[in-house]
Amino acid sequence: MRELLNDIERWQQAGKQIAVARVVDIEGSGPRDPGAAMAVNEDGEVVGSVSGGCVEGAVVAEALEILRGDKQPRLVKFGYSDDEAFAVGLTCGGIIHLFIAPLTW
Amino acid sequence: MSLQPVSLYPIFAERVRSNIPVALVTVIDGPHVGATMLVSPSTDAVGTLGNSELDRVVARDALGEVEAGRTGVRHYGPQGQTTPEDLVDTPTVRVFIEAFSPPPTMWIFGAVDFTAALAKVAKVLGYYVVVCDAREVFATRRRFPMADEVLVSWPAPLFTQRGAALTSRDAVCILTHDPKFDVPAVQGASATNVGYIGVMGSRKTHAKRLERLAEVGITSTDQLARLMSPIGLDIGARTPEETAISIVGEIIARRTGRGAPSLRDSDGPIHK
Repeated sequence: MRELLNDIERWQQAGKQIAVARVVDIEGSGPRDPGAAMAVNEDGEVVGSVSGGCVEGAVVAEALEILRGDKQPRLVKFGYSDDEAFAVGLTCGGIIHLFIAPLTW
Repeated sequence: MSLQPVSLYPIFAERVRSNIPVALVTVIDGPHVGATMLVSPSTDAVGTLGNSELDRVVARDALGEVEAGRTGVRHYGPQGQTTPEDLVDTPTVRVFIEAFSPPPTMWIFGAVDFTAALAKVAKVLGYYVVVCDAREVFATRRRFPMADEVLVSWPAPLFTQRGAALTSRDAVCILTHDPKFDVPAVQGASATNVGYIGVMGSRKTHAKRLERLAEVGITSTDQLARLMSPIGLDIGARTPEETAISIVGEIIARRTGRGAPSLRDSDGPIHK
């Protein structure tokens, strides 16, 4: 998240709503370690990354849904064998757990 | 969340920017999802996870995590219970503790062309880079604008003043080729807990250096085993830039305990 601070603050100054997605856990092989983060503002602008590019699109959609909807944080997972809601593939075959929350703290 | 009486983000950003170790603690599952707390050494925790006992226990754990530079999820009972029998039939609170520790440090001795390339690559990897050389003409900011500090000094005073702060995450790279400088630098580094000590030079130079090190009392196998000399991985590097890659490649491989073959030619998981 260290590398996102400048962009987050630029968005805060512009009065934008912001959601932050962070990798909290990895099962098996994962492209980025826990702590990898991306931030999304209400206009759909994105900084940072949480994988090798495999799940970013889905994370942005999820973040925007939170910002435009119930504003509630959620825990989501992505994995290649996942038959639940988020059937987005990770090229490395692991499962990545993300916590996506509005930046309200 | 509504639990937070003060805005935590500005405090968090300030600590991260000032390289003050801080844990960003977030409830990711259980009551008060999204509740946030900041924990740093030698100051009170800020924010709350919704229960004062939980706050106290998690703050204690978070302090340990931030000191070790570890990030991960931990499980608690709603009042901070941690023993397995206390957690039976209790809803658990899952807490993500993210440690923001100061960046690792790389000290590079010798203000040569290889130094500029190595400093550049080390910056890409997030190191705080210190370049040190006794020669005022060479150790200049203008030659090493990418370094965080450029010091005109002999190795000994630097190790005396700041050597105790070096940890297993840090690296010392000695690129001088000059025994007057190499020997005290190796001596200084060997007396610290630094995770990586690399020394540049041909195999011949290395053999001669070992003799000089023996003269100053560095003879034990343990001490000598720490020296990566000649420095770097055997990838056929020639230019300063290629050499820099071979050095940081070696630093990563030493940290992870890998032998650094091509992934294609090995098997097993790529990560971990």
